[in-house]
Amino acid sequence: MNNLLRTSPQKTAGLVIGIFVLLVCIVSSIVFGVADIKWRTVVDSFTAFNGSQEHLIIRTARAPRAFIAAIAGAALAVAGALMQGITRNPLASPSLFGINAGAAFFIVAASAFFGASGLSAFATLGFIGAAFTALLVYVLGSIGKDGLTPLKVTLAGASMTAFFSSLSLGVLLTGGQTFDQVLYWFVGSVAGRDMATFNSAAPYMGAALLGSFVLARHMNLLALGEDVATGLGQKTVFVKMGAAVVIVLLAGGSVSIAGPIAFVGIIIPHVTRYLVGIDYRWTLPYCAVLGGILLLAADIGSRYIAFPKEVPVGVMTAILGVPFFVYIARQGGRAHE
Amino acid sequence: MKGASRVSAIQADKLTLSYGKKPIFSDLDLRIPEGRITVFIGSNGCGKSTLLRSLARLLKPEQGTVLLGGSEIAKLSGKEIARRLAILPQGPLAPEGLTVHQLVKQGRYPYQSFLQQWSREDEAMVNKALQATGMDELAGRSIDSLSGGQRQRAWIAMTLAQNTSTILLDEPTTFLDMAHQIEILDLLFDLNERENRTVAMVLHDINLACRYAHHIVAVKAGAVYAEGAPEEIVDEKLIREVFGMECQVTRDPILGTPLVIPYGKGRKVTARE
Amino acid sequence: MSNWVTIRGRRLSFQVPRRTIAVLAALFLVNVIVMIACIGFGSTFISPLAVIRSLLGIGDSSNDMIIFTLRMPRVVIAVMVGSMLAVSGALLQGIVRNPLTSPDVIGISGGASLGTIVFILYFSHVSIRFMPISSIAGAFGAALLIYLFAYRGGITPLRLVLIGIGMATALTAVSYMLILTASFTPTAVAVKAFTFMTGSIYGVSWTKDVLTLLPWLVVLMPVALIYARHLNVQELGDEVAASVGSSVNAKRTMLLFVSVALAGAAVAIGGTINFIGLMAPHIARKLVGPAYGGVIPVSALIGSLVLLLSDLVARVAFIPLDIPAGVFTAAVGAPFFVYLLYRHRHS
Repeated sequence: MNNLLRTSPQKTAGLVIGIFVLLVCIVSSIVFGVADIKWRTVVDSFTAFNGSQEHLIIRTARAPRAFIAAIAGAALAVAGALMQGITRNPLASPSLFGINAGAAFFIVAASAFFGASGLSAFATLGFIGAAFTALLVYVLGSIGKDGLTPLKVTLAGASMTAFFSSLSLGVLLTGGQTFDQVLYWFVGSVAGRDMATFNSAAPYMGAALLGSFVLARHMNLLALGEDVATGLGQKTVFVKMGAAVVIVLLAGGSVSIAGPIAFVGIIIPHVTRYLVGIDYRWTLPYCAVLGGILLLAADIGSRYIAFPKEVPVGVMTAILGVPFFVYIARQGGRAHE
Repeated sequence: MKGASRVSAIQADKLTLSYGKKPIFSDLDLRIPEGRITVFIGSNGCGKSTLLRSLARLLKPEQGTVLLGGSEIAKLSGKEIARRLAILPQGPLAPEGLTVHQLVKQGRYPYQSFLQQWSREDEAMVNKALQATGMDELAGRSIDSLSGGQRQRAWIAMTLAQNTSTILLDEPTTFLDMAHQIEILDLLFDLNERENRTVAMVLHDINLACRYAHHIVAVKAGAVYAEGAPEEIVDEKLIREVFGMECQVTRDPILGTPLVIPYGKGRKVTARE
Repeated sequence: MSNWVTIRGRRLSFQVPRRTIAVLAALFLVNVIVMIACIGFGSTFISPLAVIRSLLGIGDSSNDMIIFTLRMPRVVIAVMVGSMLAVSGALLQGIVRNPLTSPDVIGISGGASLGTIVFILYFSHVSIRFMPISSIAGAFGAALLIYLFAYRGGITPLRLVLIGIGMATALTAVSYMLILTASFTPTAVAVKAFTFMTGSIYGVSWTKDVLTLLPWLVVLMPVALIYARHLNVQELGDEVAASVGSSVNAKRTMLLFVSVALAGAAVAIGGTINFIGLMAPHIARKLVGPAYGGVIPVSALIGSLVLLLSDLVARVAFIPLDIPAGVFTAAVGAPFFVYLLYRHRHS
C-alpha cells in the first residue's frame, strides 16, 4: 500500500500532530473575526473570567462556534467513513445520501407544524430525521436483484435531497421565516450559536464517536464482504446496526447544531485513507481529527472570503469539496464498470 | 482413520431451501466425508453453490439440519462454527489497498476479542498460513497488485489462518487461466494430503474435478443425482443426465482418472505418419 | 385496420402509430381544460365560462384585466417552461441511455441557474432579453465541465451521473455565495434569487418573460422533434448505431446541444424546477412506447400539464402566500422517482 504513513509510530505521531493542529484551529477560530482578540485574552476568559465584554464574547459566541465546528466536522467525517464502508460506495456521505437534508426537514417541519422548539427537541428531531432518511435511502438503493449499487443509492440520495430541501423551503416560506433561518437550514452554518446548542447534542455525538472506535475492528472484517465476514463468525447484522446507530447520531446531531453541511463526509475519509490506509482502527480517529480541522479552517476562511460579510461555512465546504468529488467519481467510475 | 466407514465432517439431513417461491432443493441428505476432497459438479443453476452455502450457514434452510462434526450448526455461535469450518465464497473482493498480511490476519477473527486482539498463537497461525500457500514473500504487497492466482492463494491463506479442519470453497478457480487453476488445486490437494484437512468445493471443470476429488457429488435440479468416487460414477450416462451433453469417457493418460471428451463439432485432423 | 398511420408526400414520408395520435389529441384537450381551470382559480374565482368568454373577446372588462395581465402570462409560461424541461429531459435520457437522469439531477439546471443569478446580480441594467443567453451559457458551461470531468477515454452513464450530482451541489453553493457576498444585494433581491433557485413562475409578464422565452422555444423545439428519431438508434448502443449508419458522435453532440439549450432557456424564466425533466419522459414512454418520435411531443404536453397543476396548487393552496411551484414538482417528483427505481429493479 502506498499510503503516506506506514508504521504504527508514524501513524501515532501523525495523530498527535493532528490533535495539536486541531487545538490551534480551535484557538484561531476564537481569536480571528470581525474584531480580533488577543490569544492571552482567550486563555484568561477561561482561567480568570472577569465578566468584561471581550470575555463574554469569547465564552458566549466565539468558543461555542469553534466547539460546534470541531465536533460537527468530526462527526460528519466519521459518519462518511462508516457509510462508505457499509455501502462499499466511495461517494457515500451524509450529505450526498440525503441524510442531512432529511434531518433538516424534520426539524423545520416539526417546529412549524407542531410548535417544536428548544434545543433538545431539535437534537431529537435531527436523530429521527436522519434515521428515517437513512433507512429510506438504503431501502430505495437496495431495490432490485443486484442490491445496493453505487448508482442507485446515489440517485436515491440525490432525489431525496431535492425532495426534502424543496419541502423544507415550502415550509419555511409558508411559515414566514427570515432569510437567515432559511439559509441556515439549507447550507449549514456554525455562526451565532451558543454554548447551550453545543451541549444539546455534543454528549450523544461524543458517545457515538467512541462507539465508532469500538466498531473499527469489526468494520475491517466487514470490508471483506458479507459472506466472508459471516464465514469468519461475525454477526454482520449487529455490526451494521451498530454502525447505523452511530451514523444517525453523528449526522443527526451535527445537523441539529450546524445545519446540513455538505462534502466533509466525502473529503475527509478519502484524505485519511491516503494518509493511513484502510485499517478502520486508524482511519476513524484520523477522520475525527481531520474533519474537525477542515470545518474549523473552512469556518475561519468563510469570515474572510467576502470580508466583512460572512459566508455560511456550508457554502465553503461545498466549493472545497467539488475537486475531490470529481476525482473520486472518476476513480470509482472506473472501479465499478 | 482412513477406513471404509468414514466419519462425516458435515452431514445434511432433509435440507429444504427455496429462493422466494422457487424451491432450490427439498429433503436433501448429504455427507461430506472427513479428511477427503469432495467436489460438487452440475450444470449452471442446478443449486450446487446454494447447497455449499447452506452447508456453511451462509444461507438458512427452511427445514432440515446441518451437523458439523456431530453438533447442529444452527445451535453453534458464529465464532464456534468459524473455528471448525472455513468458507471461501465465490469471487471475494478485497478493499482497495489491503495487503496480503492484513487479509490473512482477518482469518484470526473468530479467536479474538476486544481485549485479546493479537496473541502469540494468532501470529504463529498467520505465518504458517502464509508459508503453506507460498505467500510469505508477498505478505507486504496489496491484494490488487497481485495476479489472479496469487490473489486466490492469499484468500486461501486467510481461510487457513482460521485453522479449521474443514474448508469449503465456492468455485475457487473461476476466472483463472489453466496454469493458475492447477496451481490452486495442487495447493488444496497438498493441504489435504499433508494436514488431512477436509476440503469441499464447487468446480466447473469436470475433468479437474475427477482428477482431484476423492468423492464427487453430482447435483441435478436440486437433488443429488449420484455420489461416489469419480472412477466409479462418472460415465457417459451421468454426463448426459446431469449436463445434457453427449460425450465419451476415457482415462486421463497421466493419472488414470476419468476424462470426459465431448462429442459435438470441431475440425477433424488425421494423424500423419 | 392498421395500427399505423402512414403519411407520404413527394418529399416526405413518415409513419405514426395510431395510438400516439390519440394520446396527443387527448393530452392536448386535457391541457386546454387545465389551462382554463388555472386561469379561473385564484384569490378571485372566475368561472370557466367567463374565462372562455374573455378569451373569445366577449367577456366583461374586470375579468379581462385579471385574466390577460395576471393569470394568462403565468399559464402560458407554465406551458412553455414545463414542455421545454420535459423535452430536454427526454433527449438527455436518450443520449445518456439512463432513464434516471434529467437536467436538474446532473447539474445542467444548476449551471443555468448560476448563469441567471450572475445576470440578475451584475447585469440588471442590460435588457432582460439577454437573460436566457446568460442562463444558456451557464447551462453549457456546466454541461461542458461535467462532460470534461466525466471523460476518461469515453463517457459512461454512471460517471456522468455521479459527477453531475456533485456538480449540482457545488453550483448551488456557488450561487448561494454570489447572492450572499454581492455587497450591494438587499435582502429582497436575495430572497428573490433564492426563490428562483427552487423554481417559481410567480409574477411573470407578457413582455418581460413570454416574449423573452418564445424565440428559444420556436427554434429549439422543432429541432428536437426532427432529431428525435436518431435517439431510437442511439438507444441500442454505440456499435449498433454506427453499424446502421448513424454518425453517433455528431448526432449526439447536436442532441446534447438542444437538450442543454432547452433546459438553460427554461431555467432563465422558471428557475430550477426539479423533476419535470425526469418524470415527463417516463409517463410519455408508458403511454406511447419507447419510440422517440412519439415520446418527444407527448413529453412536452405532459411537462406542461405537470407544471400547470403544480403551479396551480402552489398558488391556491396557501392563499395569500404564493409558494414556488418547484416545491410541488419535487413533492410529486420524488415519490415518482422511487416508483421508477422500483420498476427498474430488474434491469
